[in-house]
Amino acid sequence: MKLSIKVEPRLETPRMLGIAIPVISLAAALLSGAVFLFFMGVSPFQAYSTIIRSSLGDAYGLSETVVKAIPLAMAAIAVMLSFTMLIWNIGAEGQIFMGAIAAAAAVRYLFVDNHLAMFAIMFAAAGIAGGIWAAIAGYFRARWSVNEIITTLMLNYVAMNLLNYFVYGPWRDPASLGFPMTAPFPDAARLPSFWGTRIHAGLFLAILFPLIFWVILRFTRWGYEIRVMGENPKAAGFAGMSYIKNVVFVMFLSGAIAGIAGMCELSGLQGRLQHGFSGGYGYTAIIVAWLARLHPIAIILVSFLMGVLLVGGETLQIVMRLPLSSMLVLQGLILFFVLGGEFFRKFRIRILSGGATPPIATTSAKEEK
Amino acid sequence: MDARAPSKPLVRMEKITKRFTGVTANLDVDFDVRPGEVHALLGENGAGKSTLMNILYGLYRPDSGVLTIEGKDVSFSSPRDAIASGIGMVHQHFMLIPSQTVWENMILGLEGLSSVLPKRAIRERILELSSRYGLSVDPDAKIWQLSIGEQQRVAILQMLYRRAKILVLDEPTAVLTPQEAEHLFVTVRQMTSEGHGIVFISHKMDEVMGLSHRVTILRKGRLVGTVDTASTTKEKLAEMMIGQKMIFSIEKKELQPGKPVIECASVCALGDRGIPAVSRATFMIREQEILGVAGVAGNGQQELCETLVGLRKVESGAIRVNNEELTNSIPKTFIDKGIHYIPADRKGTGLVPNMNVSENSILKRYWSRAVSKKGFIDWKEVFSFARGLVSRYNVSTPSMETPVRNLSGGNLQKLMLGRELSDSPIAILAVHPTWGLDVAATKFVREQLLAAREAGCAVLLVSEDLDELLAMSDRLAVMCKGEIMGILDSPAETPVEAIGLMMAGTPAEEALASAPRGGGKS
Amino acid sequence: MEILIPILTAAVRSGTPILYATLGEIVTEKGGILNLGLEGIMLLGAYAGFAVSYSTGNAWLGIAAAFFVGTLLGLVHAFICVTLKGNQVVSGLAMTMFGTGASSLLGRNFVGFTIPGLNKIPVPLLSDIPVIGPVLFNHDALIYCSYALVFFLCWFFNSTRQGLYLRATGDNPRAADAMGISVAKTRYFYTMVGAGIVAVGGAYMSVAYTKMWAEHMTAGRGWIAVALVIFAIWNPARAAFGAYLFGGVEAFQLRLQAAGTTIPAPILMMLPYLMTIGVLLFISIKKGKGIVFGAPASLGLPFFREERD
Repeated sequence: MKLSIKVEPRLETPRMLGIAIPVISLAAALLSGAVFLFFMGVSPFQAYSTIIRSSLGDAYGLSETVVKAIPLAMAAIAVMLSFTMLIWNIGAEGQIFMGAIAAAAAVRYLFVDNHLAMFAIMFAAAGIAGGIWAAIAGYFRARWSVNEIITTLMLNYVAMNLLNYFVYGPWRDPASLGFPMTAPFPDAARLPSFWGTRIHAGLFLAILFPLIFWVILRFTRWGYEIRVMGENPKAAGFAGMSYIKNVVFVMFLSGAIAGIAGMCELSGLQGRLQHGFSGGYGYTAIIVAWLARLHPIAIILVSFLMGVLLVGGETLQIVMRLPLSSMLVLQGLILFFVLGGEFFRKFRIRILSGGATPPIATTSAKEEK
Repeated sequence: MDARAPSKPLVRMEKITKRFTGVTANLDVDFDVRPGEVHALLGENGAGKSTLMNILYGLYRPDSGVLTIEGKDVSFSSPRDAIASGIGMVHQHFMLIPSQTVWENMILGLEGLSSVLPKRAIRERILELSSRYGLSVDPDAKIWQLSIGEQQRVAILQMLYRRAKILVLDEPTAVLTPQEAEHLFVTVRQMTSEGHGIVFISHKMDEVMGLSHRVTILRKGRLVGTVDTASTTKEKLAEMMIGQKMIFSIEKKELQPGKPVIECASVCALGDRGIPAVSRATFMIREQEILGVAGVAGNGQQELCETLVGLRKVESGAIRVNNEELTNSIPKTFIDKGIHYIPADRKGTGLVPNMNVSENSILKRYWSRAVSKKGFIDWKEVFSFARGLVSRYNVSTPSMETPVRNLSGGNLQKLMLGRELSDSPIAILAVHPTWGLDVAATKFVREQLLAAREAGCAVLLVSEDLDELLAMSDRLAVMCKGEIMGILDSPAETPVEAIGLMMAGTPAEEALASAPRGGGKS
Repeated sequence: MEILIPILTAAVRSGTPILYATLGEIVTEKGGILNLGLEGIMLLGAYAGFAVSYSTGNAWLGIAAAFFVGTLLGLVHAFICVTLKGNQVVSGLAMTMFGTGASSLLGRNFVGFTIPGLNKIPVPLLSDIPVIGPVLFNHDALIYCSYALVFFLCWFFNSTRQGLYLRATGDNPRAADAMGISVAKTRYFYTMVGAGIVAVGGAYMSVAYTKMWAEHMTAGRGWIAVALVIFAIWNPARAAFGAYLFGGVEAFQLRLQAAGTTIPAPILMMLPYLMTIGVLLFISIKKGKGIVFGAPASLGLPFFREERD
C-alpha cells in the first residue's frame, strides 16, 4: 500500500493547539540550544540550571528578572503596535536610545528639583524623541514606500553613534576617569525603586501599557482600523480609512513607547547615560511580541520569560565565561521554532493510503445540501 | 457534428475523487478525450470542472481514481509529468510571467534545452507555430504589454510549443470579445483537424453547442453524464447542469429614471503601472436606472469605478454627486454621500479574509452611531447587526466568529452585498458581482440589484457577461482601452455584433452602421 | 587624482564584502525568497573563514568553509520559508540573532589572533594601467572573483535557461509551477547558494580585509547589503556600483579620522548608515508609485499549490 502525505490548510485552529504549540516550540528551542551548547563544549545541564537558579532561585534573582522584563514589555508593546499594522518597526533599539538621549538632555538642560515635574519632562522628551525617530521611517514608508525594515535598522546604528557622540564628547563626566558616561543624575531625576531591590517605578508603565493597548485594539474604533489595515490595507482604503496618516501615527506611538522604555531604563536603573546603554532590548522585544502572538497581555508573561533568559545570560557570562551575546543563540532558536510551530497551527498533515478511497467520510452531509 | 467512430481515447480518467478541506470537489468522476474531438466540460461555477482538469494537468493529486494515457496507467506528481505525457492547459488566469518576453515564457520549464538559450531557434519555432494556427504574436514583446487576447494566444502557443496532444482550455472565451472568440474557434478547429484532443470548459451553452463533439456535465462535483452534442439540445444541457428545470428570467419593472446621481465629465485616470487606464469618460447615472458597462476585462472598467469612489486619483475631468463636485475627494466622503462599491476582488479589496463575519460586517459603518460610541465599538450591537445581515441576505456561515476566508464565493458576495445595501445607498457600483457564483446565488445578487434600482438607487453594473448586461441594463456603455465607445439607450435592441465591434474599439456610429439592424440576440 | 587613487582602491577593498553579500541576496531574492539574515550569515561566514584558515593555514579552505556554512544557514531559512511557509521577515531576523550569537560564542577563543590571509596579487599588465590599474587590479584574488561573479550573474540571469526559470519562480510561482518548474527545489537551491555567497562576503572581512576575528565585526554591512539590493534594482552590475560607493564612504570616513579631523568619530561613523537611508529614499522617490521592474513580483510570499481561490 502506498502512503502519501497530504498537507491541507486548517479552517479553524483548535484552542488547545494555540497553547500547546508555543510551549512545544519553546521546549524544542531549549533542547536544540542544549545540543548546540554541548557541541560548544559547554555543559547544557550546568548552563540551564545556572540560568534557572540565578533568575528564579531567590528573591534577588527574581527581582532582577523583573528589572529586565520592564523595558522588554514596553519595547514589545511598541513593536507589537507596528506589527499589528504589518509595519516592521525593527528600530525599537534605536528609539530606546533616542528616548534615553532626550531624557538625559532634559536632565542636563531642563532640570527641575521636583520628582513629579522632572518625571513629566523626561517622559515627554523621551516619548517625543523616540516617536519622531520612528515616525521618520513611518513617513518615508507611507509617502514613498521606502522599506521600513532597513530605515528603522539604519536609524538604530545612527542613534547608537549619536549616543556615543554625547557620552564620548560634550556630555562626558569629567569625573568619570575617561569612561564614556555622563555624570550621575540628581535624585529628582531618578525613578523610585521598591522593596530594596532594583525594581523601579517603570514596572507600573510596563503593566499599564499592555492593558491600555489591549483595550484599544480590542474595543476602540481606532484599534479596529489598525487591525483592518494590518490584515488588508486595500480593504482599509476601500472602507475609507487613511492608511498613510495611520502609518505615521502608529510609528510615532510605537517609537514613543520605546523611547519611554529607554527613559525608564535610564532614570529607573542606570541613573546616567553611558556607552552600550541598552543590551539589545529593542531586538529581544521582537521575539517577545512574536512569541506572544502580538497579544498585549501575553506580552507581559513572555517578557518575564525572556527576563529569565537575560538574567541567566549575564550570570553565564560571569560563571561560565560565555560571551553575553551567546544568549542571542537561544533567542534566535526560539524564534525559529516558534515560526516552525506556526505551520502546525495553520496546516493539518494527513497521511493517506494511496489507491482506495480514503476512509474519511465526513463530507457526505455537506454534499447533500 | 460529424459522427466519428469511437476511436481509442487519448486520455481516460476513472472514478476521480478529490477533497479539499471541508469540500468535495470531485466524487467518482469519469472523463475521457479522443483524438480530433472537442470535448466540452459543462457545469456551474463550483461544479468541479477546474479541479478535474487541474488533476489531469498534475497540479492536484486525486485522493483516489485512475488516470490512463493512451492505455497506460499514469500518476502525475506535478505538471512536469503531465506535460511530458502530452497534456497542456490554458488556465483562466494565464500562467505567464508578466515581466518576461513572449519567447522567454515559451520555454519555461521545458526540458532538454541547452543551458545557454538558443534564442534564434526559439523565435523561429514560435513564428512557425503562430502562422500555422493563426496565433500571431511578437516573440519579443513583454507579456505585460500585451492585451488579454494576445496573452491567451501566448498561453496556447506555450502548450503547442510543448507538443501537447491534449489541450485543456479553461473558460477561454470569458475574456474575449465575440469576434476574438470566433477567431479562437478557428484555431481550435485547426488543432482538432490535426488530431489534437481539446477539452473546452465553459458554461456558455451556445459555444458548447457550436464547437464541441461531446459534452460532459458536472454538478456539485459529481458526474451527471456524457452526451453527444449532435443528439442533445441547449435546454437539455441546461437542465442537466442545474439539476432542475429552471428558466432563468429577470423580472425587471419598467421605471422612469429620475435625476442624475453621479455625473462624470471627461474623467481621465492612470492605471497601476502609470499608463492611462481611463480616458475622457463622460456619462451619468440616474436614479432608478442600471447603467451597464460592457467590455473585455482590463479595459479600464475597474479603474473607472475606483475614481468614482475616491480610490483612484482623477488626473483631469470632474465627478459630481447630486450636483456637488467631489473630484478627488477621499473615499470616506463618497461613502458618507452614499456611494457604495462592490469590488470584483472580494477577498483582496472588499473583505478582510482573516477577520470574522461580524468584524467584516461593519467595515463601512464602524464609525456610525449605531455600533460605536465615543470611539468605542459596541460589539454587542455589531453582533446583532451581523446576525441580521446574515439572515436577511441568506449568508450561510457556521457562526459570526468564523473568519470570512472560510466562506464560499457566493456567501462572501452575499455578505458584501448585504453590507453595502444595508446603508441605504444612493448609488451602487458593482463590478462583476456574479462572477464565480452558482445559479441560485447569481439570481439572488441580480434580484438585489434590481430591488435597489426600484428603491431609487442608481446602479452601475460592470460585467463580462453580455447576456447579463442586456437583461439588466437600462442603458449600456461599452468600454475599450479606457474609452467609452458609446452609450446605447436601448441595449436589448442593439445587435450583439455591434456591441462586439465596440468592445474591440470601433466607435458606436460605425459599429451600428456596419452591423445588421434588427433585434438583439435571444 | 593622486589623493583619489588610495581612496578608490580602499573603496574597492571595503566594498567587496558588501558586494558579495548583495550579490548573494540578489540570487536569493530573484527566486522570491527574502532573506534578512545577511548580518548573521556574514558573521558566521567570517568566523568559519577565520577559524578554518587559522587551523589549516590555508585561506582558500577557510573561504570554502564559509561558503559551506552559508549554504547550511540558507537551508534552514529555506526550510522555514518554503516547507513550513513561515514568515520570511521573522525567519531572517531569527537568522541574524542566531548568527550573531553563535559567531561570538564560537569565536570567543579566536579573539586577538591574526592570520596571514589572502595576499595581493597584482594582475600583470592590467595593474600597470594608470588609475584603473591600482584601483581595480592590485588586489587579492577574492576581489577578482567578485568581478567575475558580477559578470557571471548578469549573464546567468538573462541568457541561461536556469536563470530564466529562477526569475519565473520569483515573479509568478504559480505560473512557474504550472509550467513544470519545481518551485520548492528552485527556491531551496538558490536560497542556499545565495546564502553561501553572502557568507563568502563575511569571510572576506576576516580572511582578507582585517585578517582577524572580532565579535560583531560586520557592523551592519549585512543590512546595508539588503538596502543595496533595492538600490541595485536586482541588477548585479548596479550592485557593484552601489557596493563600491559604500566602500568609498567608509574609506573616506576612515581617512578623515586618520587625518585627525575635528569632526568627532561617532558622527563620521553614522555616514554609511545615513547614506543607506538616503540612497533608499532616492530610489523610492524616483520609482514613484509604479511597479519597479526587476523586483521579483512574488518576493516574500510563500507558495502553496493546493490553495483554492
